Amino acid sequence: MSSRSRRQLFDQLVEHGHFIPTGVAGLYGRGADFEDGVERVGQMIDRPSDRDGAERVHFPPIMSRPVLEQTGYMGNMPHLGGCVHSFAGDEARHRELLARIERGEDWSNFLEKTDVALTPAACYPIYPMCAADNDGRLHLGGRTIDLLAWIFRNEPSDDPARLQAFRQREMVRLGTPDEVLSWRATWMERGLALLTELGLEVEARVANDPFFGRTGRMLKANQRDQELKFEIQTPICSETEPTAITSFNYHESHFGETFGIRTSNGEVAHTACLGFGMERIMLALLRKHGMHVHNWPDDIRHALGYDR
Amino acid sequence: MSTMDLDTDSRIRRILEEHARLGRDVNTIADGDSLYDSGLSSHASVSVMLAIEDTFDIEFPDNMLNRRVFESIASIREAVDELLT
Repeated sequence: MSSRSRRQLFDQLVEHGHFIPTGVAGLYGRGADFEDGVERVGQMIDRPSDRDGAERVHFPPIMSRPVLEQTGYMGNMPHLGGCVHSFAGDEARHRELLARIERGEDWSNFLEKTDVALTPAACYPIYPMCAADNDGRLHLGGRTIDLLAWIFRNEPSDDPARLQAFRQREMVRLGTPDEVLSWRATWMERGLALLTELGLEVEARVANDPFFGRTGRMLKANQRDQELKFEIQTPICSETEPTAITSFNYHESHFGETFGIRTSNGEVAHTACLGFGMERIMLALLRKHGMHVHNWPDDIRHALGYDR
Repeated sequence: MSTMDLDTDSRIRRILEEHARLGRDVNTIADGDSLYDSGLSSHASVSVMLAIEDTFDIEFPDNMLNRRVFESIASIREAVDELLT
């Protein structure tokens, strides 16, 4: 992926008011047309989700730090997470802190941990929520949750498709292995159909998470071998290195085991989640159909409800 | 089988008892049985891998950090033998 093509796309996005720079790579405001487009893509996803009868919930962009610890995220991708620390010192300490800032020195050690962390995966708050209902016992048929979540990933980049703060339209299925796997397969087809309807060239591929370190290499190999993760990919900055814009993840019994969630017949629940990367989908649309949303092809505008 | 071979096998079995979090008694698992079918998760296989490295003072190269190497007691034994020579 050439840095020139990343630069070009980024400059176009800024020029047309879609991205508003903040001085930090991967951290941008979004303009009105961009946000309106994201909402319209969300409405397209609403329809099949509502027909499924998914439960809609909403969580803030931060989550419980103890729950984050419980998920094992710090073992898997410690390099991508972020925790909230805050100042809790006295006035003398405060004066020292301000002096550090004044001198341009690091002041991290003046902060202490809090109970909250930035949310690195949209599905994380869902597991304790389900574990708290009915003593963690799912009803017959399991459960399907639908949420739009702000996600943080500590990966500053000049790739306009790699943001530090972004939204995932996330769905989580909890139930028996059969229920969960067939739900995932259904949504993979739906995802491909929906994105194709929006004029994007998409392909589903086996993928892996960016697990950290040597042990990470083994987890990656396992994940690919077992086809636990699929991504729908489309070119954004590069034809030869397409970008993942939606992912489908099967967790087997990992979260059921960790959080104590059981199916109606007492077995450890299996789970899967999918995430539509809302900004990436919008970027793919802008790249494909042009920076001026009102000039997009009629059929695409119709699919997104611009004429309603 | 020499006493050294028995030693390797029994050490592998002990590691599995301690780290593999299997759904069954390791003594009921034959050398060629699939550990994954016995409940070995990918996270537990990583714990097993680290314990094997520690116990035998070896390091698995990248091309051996995969599912096949940790498939059975026999495949782990084969890998350990290869790395010990």
